[in-house]
Amino acid sequence: MLKSIQTALLGATLLGAALASPAHAETKINALFMAQAAYSEADVRAMSEAFTKANPDVTVNLEFVPYEGLHDKTVLAQGSGGGYDVVLFDVIWPAEYATNKVLLDVSDKITGDMKTGVLTGAWTTVEYQGKRYGMPWILDTKYLFYNKEILEKAGIKNPPKTWAELTEQAKTIKDKGLLATPIAWSWSQAEAAICDYATLVSAYGGSFIKDGKPVFQSGGGLDALNYMVDSYKSGLTNPNSKEFLEEDVRRVFQNGEAAFALNWTYMYNMANDPKDSKVAGKVGVVPAPGIDGKSAVSAVNGSMGLGITSTSKHPDEAWKYIAFMTSQQTQNQYAKLSLPIWASSYTDPAVSKGQEELIAAAKQSLAVMYPRPTTPKYQELSTALQQAVQESLLGQAKPEDALKTAAANSGL
Amino acid sequence: MERRSLTATILVHAAALLLAAVILAPVVWLFIMSISSTTDLITKPLRWWPETIDLSRYGVLLSSVANSAGEAFVASLFNSLKVAGMATAAALVVAIPSAWAVSRTPSVGWSLYAVIATYMLPPVALAVPLYMALSALGLLNNVFGLALVYLTILAPFTTWLMKSGFDSIPREIESAATVDGARLDQILRLITLPLAAPVMATAALFAFLLAWDEFFYALLFTSDQRAKTLTVAIADLAGGRVSDYGLIATAGVLAALPPLIIGLFMQRALISGLTNGGVKG
Amino acid sequence: MTSNWITTRAWLLMLPLLIVMIAIIGWPLVDTVRLSFTDAKLVGTAGGFVGLDNYVKMLSGANFQRTLVTTTLFAVLSVAAEMVIGVLAALLLNQQFYGRSVLRALMILPWALPTVVNATLWRLIYNPEYGALNAALTQIGLLDTYRSWLGEPGTALTALIVADCWKNFPLVALIALAALQAVPRDITAASMVDGASAWARFRFVIMPYLAGPLMVALVLRTIEAFKVFDLIWVMTRGGPANSTRTLSILVYQEAFSFQRAGSGASLALIVTLLVTVLAVAYAALIRKSAGAS
Repeated sequence: MLKSIQTALLGATLLGAALASPAHAETKINALFMAQAAYSEADVRAMSEAFTKANPDVTVNLEFVPYEGLHDKTVLAQGSGGGYDVVLFDVIWPAEYATNKVLLDVSDKITGDMKTGVLTGAWTTVEYQGKRYGMPWILDTKYLFYNKEILEKAGIKNPPKTWAELTEQAKTIKDKGLLATPIAWSWSQAEAAICDYATLVSAYGGSFIKDGKPVFQSGGGLDALNYMVDSYKSGLTNPNSKEFLEEDVRRVFQNGEAAFALNWTYMYNMANDPKDSKVAGKVGVVPAPGIDGKSAVSAVNGSMGLGITSTSKHPDEAWKYIAFMTSQQTQNQYAKLSLPIWASSYTDPAVSKGQEELIAAAKQSLAVMYPRPTTPKYQELSTALQQAVQESLLGQAKPEDALKTAAANSGL
Repeated sequence: MERRSLTATILVHAAALLLAAVILAPVVWLFIMSISSTTDLITKPLRWWPETIDLSRYGVLLSSVANSAGEAFVASLFNSLKVAGMATAAALVVAIPSAWAVSRTPSVGWSLYAVIATYMLPPVALAVPLYMALSALGLLNNVFGLALVYLTILAPFTTWLMKSGFDSIPREIESAATVDGARLDQILRLITLPLAAPVMATAALFAFLLAWDEFFYALLFTSDQRAKTLTVAIADLAGGRVSDYGLIATAGVLAALPPLIIGLFMQRALISGLTNGGVKG
Repeated sequence: MTSNWITTRAWLLMLPLLIVMIAIIGWPLVDTVRLSFTDAKLVGTAGGFVGLDNYVKMLSGANFQRTLVTTTLFAVLSVAAEMVIGVLAALLLNQQFYGRSVLRALMILPWALPTVVNATLWRLIYNPEYGALNAALTQIGLLDTYRSWLGEPGTALTALIVADCWKNFPLVALIALAALQAVPRDITAASMVDGASAWARFRFVIMPYLAGPLMVALVLRTIEAFKVFDLIWVMTRGGPANSTRTLSILVYQEAFSFQRAGSGASLALIVTLLVTVLAVAYAALIRKSAGAS
């Protein structure tokens, strides 16, 4: 009953909007994005411009914040009447946003073409308890980047297939005096560290939560943290990794000061740009390695979606905008820093041209993307895990103890 | 001044040089970063002076092209000006009459101490209800709302400064005028306020600087170009994902210019305000 | 004019200020107290009465105790450093040397630099790969390899204190300088004739003039340092491993990131109480020292 009333109301608003649209010459919608990583600020601005050109009756105000501010800004803007209409959200937030009614359920707005055209794995980014709270937009995971020149100098033929091989190869590079600390990660006390950790958890076949209780403190979860600590203590990992975010990793890699780096899609084409990078043309990319007998490759689901806030006064225009931003045409056009959500794009030569290596890695990685836990209390869980990772790296606690504390403080 | 030995003179000059270096080095470095190319900023060993001077970032941040990073930055600059200006004006309007009243009527002085005591309240103690109230009034992400909130900091502070200013104006001048039959508003307008003008200017400067500097409330209560202030814009730039250190530095230089100029040129007024307030408590 | 009328007039003149203060400080404070006894969420649920639960939970949490220690360390160390360096700088600026007026003018620079800009600037200086501090120390030969200043718990807090101190010691210096200039010449001259040592001269002749103004600066700076938020938010966000997380950051996290307005409010009030105790203790101290001198 309630549902049908809602649908009727929705229909009425749609109709009303359709009738009223010529009268309302201009609608302003506000959209929140993150600065850097994935699509660049310039890309987002260009896409939005194309949208307003096609829809002259709608203008879009863009707001960019660092990823670290994205969640809090979205939540805090809820109290303001004229807040954001469209927000970018990370794969880990739909549970919380749905529970606190931050986002509109848009399941009904998703068309058949979208349902069939978008990669199945991409939908997990926007789903919670069977409902969809937006459209996936950035389909992303962490890849292992390597500097081809350094590997060649070290006499290494193929990039590592397992995490153990990564350690070995890094050791060879260090021993030959090519680089003092060959591996760069983003282990700052931030979500970035959890993405690296989750990649390793997936490699070790571990899991975060089982039956609503944390289980990362043993098995694969513990192995993953132990690997990070060993890599840090062995001196193979750049010790500054513990205060790096993704952009710091990119700087170091682009400057030729890292042989290996774990980072998102966007680094491939940026590090290959001779204008800004010293390693242009020498960038190799493969899926993050696996563990013998446990996994062939590993990957974390680092995708993000675009959703409509429940406080939006223009949900229809907002949806129009989202549909445009996530359309195959737009995504194919800007496929350099973030790869499309559309299955057929991966066989489109126009998309893969000049980045065949990345597309090849993506085909493998995207198929095995491992989710970070889906829980409304994700922020607390992540905060506790970040502390565990950092304390273990800094030698303030043993990994098993740190993870046990994190499990106790996770709010689950 | 006593005569000094040569060693003492040399020591004093050396110490002065050191102090000057400590004060200047970070500020100068901020400026150098803003005009260095990214390549110069990430070479090892680091270059302390750019190979070619690159002023392009100032153009980027001050551009007015629609929907550009520059437009957003300029908008935040104007928001800061608006919020700080409005909050300062409002603070003076409420502070001047009360500061005068307390200065001339010691029996109500305790209320001033209550007002000043609120200065020690951490903003976090007020933030949640203020957030809810602004939300209910539709004043979140709004320059007026933010200016209103800034009164929590500016009003006690300016009242305190103004009170010590009025204290230094002899009451006798006012009572003499009263005897001559002048009304209170005439006395204030024609005698007291002109005499207090320098103190008012100082209080206004301080209030403006305090508002310009504020970050916590702006972080919580603004969300986009319509109200976001400079401090939040800079924190966003420095948030870890922008890797052009020069751009961050440029934003810093631009945000620091107004207070630095006020500081250097209004030095005497500021210091006398500080020490007056300081000495008299 | 009766004294009654004068008092009434004073209240009338104060009315605008009092109304504003009650609206934007008094009422929110009272409401924070109310919230602290509920399990209200920031947006949506108003929450029910939970008694002292929030306080018990916050005070007994390991987070709070550790954060309190960090905050106290930060406040005590940075304010102490600012006082000592500030007074030394003031004594220097009171000497005669070439360029004295220029240097006095420059002292205002760090103070005028907005806090967020200061934090950003120092964050760039401390950058582990491309920062000026690493570069300078290595080029002079004081450091073999680059260090992660904000990434090690051992150096992160110190690095923050240095950044805070750099911005604030000039203020102390300017206040102390103004006080020094009020010391009558003949007193110092007389003590020189008496053959008092430099330290004795400072302690017994100059210090009494400095004590009052410095005490006020000390109180204000301590309260501000105890409330510190911007500097840490921009430079470390409380990391590494929460070793620089201060009380204000903890409250922000609880009330805004986790959206638990109720427990966030109780934590905020605990912080308020601590600052109040601090301020009252200082006030007593000031009164005592004022009585003594």
